[in-house]
Order: sequence, then structure tokens, then C-alpha cells
Amino acid sequence: MTRYLLRRAAFLLISLLAAIVVLFVLLRLLPGDPANALLSVNATPEQIAAAQAQVGSDRPLAEQFASWFGDVLTLDLGRSFISSLPVGPEIVSRLAVTVPLTLLSFALALVVSLVVGFVAAWKSRTWYGQALSALSQLGIAVPAFWVGILLVSLFSIRLRLLPSGGFPRDDWADPADAIRSLTLPVITIAIVMSASLARYVRSATLDVLGSDFLRNARALGAPFRVAMWRHGLRNASVPVISILGIELATTFLGAVVIESVFTLPGLGSMLLRAIAQHDYPNIQGILLVSTVAVLVIGFLADLVQRLVDPRLRASISGNR
Amino acid sequence: MREADGSLLPASGPSTVTGRADAAGRASVAGGRRSVTLVVGLVLVGLVVVTALVSLLWLPYPLSDTSGTRLEAPGAAHWLGTDKLGRDLASQLMVGARIALLVGLGSVVIAAAIGILLGLAAAFASGWVDDTLSAFFDIVIAFPVLLLAMLIVAAQGASLWSAILAIGLGMSAIVARLTRVLAKRVLRAQYITAARTSGTSWAGIVGRHVLPNVWPTLSVNLALQFGIAVLAEASLSYLGLGAPPPNASWGRMLQEAQATVATAPVGAIAPGIALVILVIGVNLVADGLRDVADPTRRSRS
Repeated sequence: MTRYLLRRAAFLLISLLAAIVVLFVLLRLLPGDPANALLSVNATPEQIAAAQAQVGSDRPLAEQFASWFGDVLTLDLGRSFISSLPVGPEIVSRLAVTVPLTLLSFALALVVSLVVGFVAAWKSRTWYGQALSALSQLGIAVPAFWVGILLVSLFSIRLRLLPSGGFPRDDWADPADAIRSLTLPVITIAIVMSASLARYVRSATLDVLGSDFLRNARALGAPFRVAMWRHGLRNASVPVISILGIELATTFLGAVVIESVFTLPGLGSMLLRAIAQHDYPNIQGILLVSTVAVLVIGFLADLVQRLVDPRLRASISGNR
Repeated sequence: MREADGSLLPASGPSTVTGRADAAGRASVAGGRRSVTLVVGLVLVGLVVVTALVSLLWLPYPLSDTSGTRLEAPGAAHWLGTDKLGRDLASQLMVGARIALLVGLGSVVIAAAIGILLGLAAAFASGWVDDTLSAFFDIVIAFPVLLLAMLIVAAQGASLWSAILAIGLGMSAIVARLTRVLAKRVLRAQYITAARTSGTSWAGIVGRHVLPNVWPTLSVNLALQFGIAVLAEASLSYLGLGAPPPNASWGRMLQEAQATVATAPVGAIAPGIALVILVIGVNLVADGLRDVADPTRRSRS
């Protein structure tokens, strides 16, 4: 386990370094100077030079990279070109919306998909088992933002039950208010994510239901409930856990899109604004934070998978 | 021999390899209903393809025609009504079919070209080249396609081609990893050794043995990637990061109709249904292809 942990941690570290380099290179591919964001169309050469000096784009690329790399290591993400506010603190304040949205949606999706996937497999010969399968097939073909639009038109516009968007100005000062604002977005993401998760759960359960060990346990007299609880669930959980990391990362990205449906002041709306304004420090900062989140989630998911599945622990190098 | 080695991934294998849980195995359906899956899928996709083809030759109204009344309800003049600028929604929807297919096809071609090449390279080169390439695939796969696409669009600026390029590049790692696994399995077979000793070149082995054996599984995965690409582009367009006007993208139509969903619901519903038809269509085709490629799955209950 220690050996695997070290290998996996090294892989994480290399990925993080690669991500920092790739982000820098990608954003420098953009035609035009980052300083243009600060300038009007008829700027004088002096103004251009001043703007370039301000954002540092007059320095050689290697030097720019070295300074950015150093800043990232000290957790300094620079200042916005447009508002001159530091990027880091704004990202942190935006995460107060995006992180609860992601985790609540993921938790709800997980619960729903476990039930739906299990029933769809266990009762696969009944009409409702089939219907649940068909529903999850439909769910993965539906764009999440469209579900959001439909839910808003039903619950906010027609029934006037829930706010159609926005978030309390004082953030979480009144938790009930904040939760009300997050209800529809959470349901939206959970619907789409649970469809995709339920298919994995169903497939894993089907494999277990057809397995020799379950049949043997039943033949030895264990009631279905006991056999399933003792042997089935643990075996079925392995393939499901292996995809939870990427599914959580996808939920996070889904949250970024859904924030724009519900005009939530999270990371997503910050990113879209930054892209529209060519605000490099903001774009770089947000993409870096998202990337780190995705990689760390993947790392943790792999570790959990090792803990659950002893077969993986025993093998020397695993699948990486 | 080839059948024996037309190796398919184990059904319960790590599902990330195919990028999706297996959708097939839809209970104990007999072989007969299996072909129904393929036919229904082809009909749905065909519907979108025909719409796209018709849109090349004829449209009810040109896209730039804003002569209609704003937010008109569906009727004889405008089948689906008009948008907030008075443009005909049916015409936009038809052009949107073209864009959606272009995006799906374009990104899958890019993903397949890069992915198959890199995957074969990794499979043939063993040792540190293979290790490095595999680690690289794993890093890229760790990122959801949409994040990669947003990254590239942020760098390149929003256009139809940068969306296609971005989605295609994002998906190529998934194709590469799958190709590598499948090709490695073929290369281990004895008939490859036989072919080598009888003097077949590496190119001949790829063309005659590896690709034909890899293709059945790979094509299923590519069909699924097509659907993912269409949804990713819709999200990008919805966020204003996709093809700018005058291209009519279903994603952007939804974004434009969102504000008026109370008064003109058709504009906010029709493009969504169109998206679902296309994506379900390709997913069903993928399921159907999988059953053709792997008859053993049919009996699975």
C-alpha cells in the first residue's frame, strides 16, 4: 500500500506540474497581447508600453513563466487585469457557492442512483425495472442546462414555489435562504448525474446477481438479504467506486454550467466573465483551481478504491 | 482465429475504458429485440441527418430574415413560431441539425485520428515510451471533456472550429487508451508472431490484423463519443463559448429562449428535444453495434 501510495502521489505531483505548464502555454497561444484587455482601440504606443509593463507581457516568456510558477507555488494567483482585485480571495468567496452546490448535487445523485440502479437490476424483469433503465438511458441524453430551464419554467414561473435564480447577497448568513436558492440547481444536476451513475450501479449489480459466489451463498442457506449484504454489495461497489472520482469531477463542471442557468455567483459565472473580458489572471486562476480539484479528487478516489478492494491492494503495481 | 481474438473488453471491466457504463444488457431481451435497438437508433439519427440535408437545399425562411412578428406562436406561417428577434424557429432548428452533426462528426474524426495513432504507437512501443504515453492518456482522461474544451476555447476564442477541435482533442485520450488496450491484446496473439516470421511488415500487421480486430469495440466507443461531443458543444454554445451567430446552434437557441420561456415555451423546448433525439439515437446505435460486435452480451441478463 505504501509503495502504491508513493507511486500515486508522484503521479499526482507530475500531473499538477504538467497542468501548470499546459495552462500557461495554452493561454499564451491566444493571438494578441494580454495587455490589449486594458487598452482602447486607439491607444498610443506609450499607453501600450505602459499596459504591457503593467501586466508583464513585455518580458520574455521564460521570465513570465518563472514568475507565474513561483507565484502559484506560494498560492498567489495575481490580480485581475480589469478590477485589480486579487484573484485568490475572489475564487475562495465564489467557492462558497460552487462547493456546496457540487457536494449537495453529488450526494443526492449518489443516493438516487444507488436506489434506481439497484432496483433496475434486481427487478430487471418487471415493467418498472425496465422503465427505470429506460429513464436512465434518457437521462444521459439530456443536456443538464435544458433540465434547468424546464425546472425553472415549472417550479418558478408556473408554480412560483422556488426562486428562478440568484443567491442571497449575504451568502450563507441565512442558511434557509441559501438552501432555497440552491434547491433547483441541485435537483437539476442530480437528475442528470444520477442517470449516468445509475447505469454503472445497475451494471455492477447485474454482475453480482449473476455471480457464482452469490448463488453459492444462497445455496448454503443464506437469505437473499444476508447474501447480498455480506457479499454482493461489497463486490458491486468496486466498479462503482472506481468511477466516482471522474463523476464527482464531472458534477463540479456541471455545477459551473448550471450556475449560469440560475445566475448563481459561483466559479462558473466568474470564469465566463473572465473569458469575455480576456482577464488572464482570473482565467488562469479559475482553471488552475478547477484542475487541481479534478486531480486531487481522482487521487482520493483511487485511494478509496484500494481500501475497499483487497485484490487491488495485493497486486504490485495496479492498473497504472 | 480472428473470432477468438476479436477480443472485447470484459463487460464488467473498468467502465471508464469505454467512458460509459454498459447500457446494453437491458435485461433479458431476446436477440430479436436487439436489432430493434439498432433500427430505432438509426431512424432517430436518420431523422436528424435528413433534416440537416434538407436545410442545405431549402429553409422556410433565411436565418437573417427578421420579418416575422416577435415571439409569434407556432402556426401555418411559422411552424414553430419565431424568436425574440422575429426569426423563424423551424429554420434555425434545421440549421442547428447541421451544426450538431458537424460537431459530432468533426470531433469524433479528430479524436479517432489522434487517438488511434497514439494508441497504436503505445501498443507497439513497449517500455518507457508506452509508460509515458499511458501516463499522458491518464492525465488527459482525468479531465472532463467540457473542462478541456472551455480551456481551449478560452485560449483560442469562441468559434465552431475551436469548439470541434477542443472537444475532439479532449476525447482523443479516451480513444487512445482504448486502442492501446485492444491492440496490445491482439499483438499478443500467436498469429501475429506467425505473420512476423513469415515476413509481414508492421504496417501490414496493423492493416490486416490489428485494425480489423480493434474496430468493432472502437466503433461502439466512437458512437458514444459522438453523443458526448454533441452535448458538450450544446453546453459551450449555451454558455456563449460555441459557434457565434449566424450559425444556429441548438445550445445557443436554448440560451436565447430561456428569458422568454414563460411567454414562448416552444423556443425553449424544441431545441432540447432535438438534442435528445440525436443523442439517444447515437447511443442506441452504439448499443446495437455492441450487440453485433459481441453476441455473447445478448444472452446476459
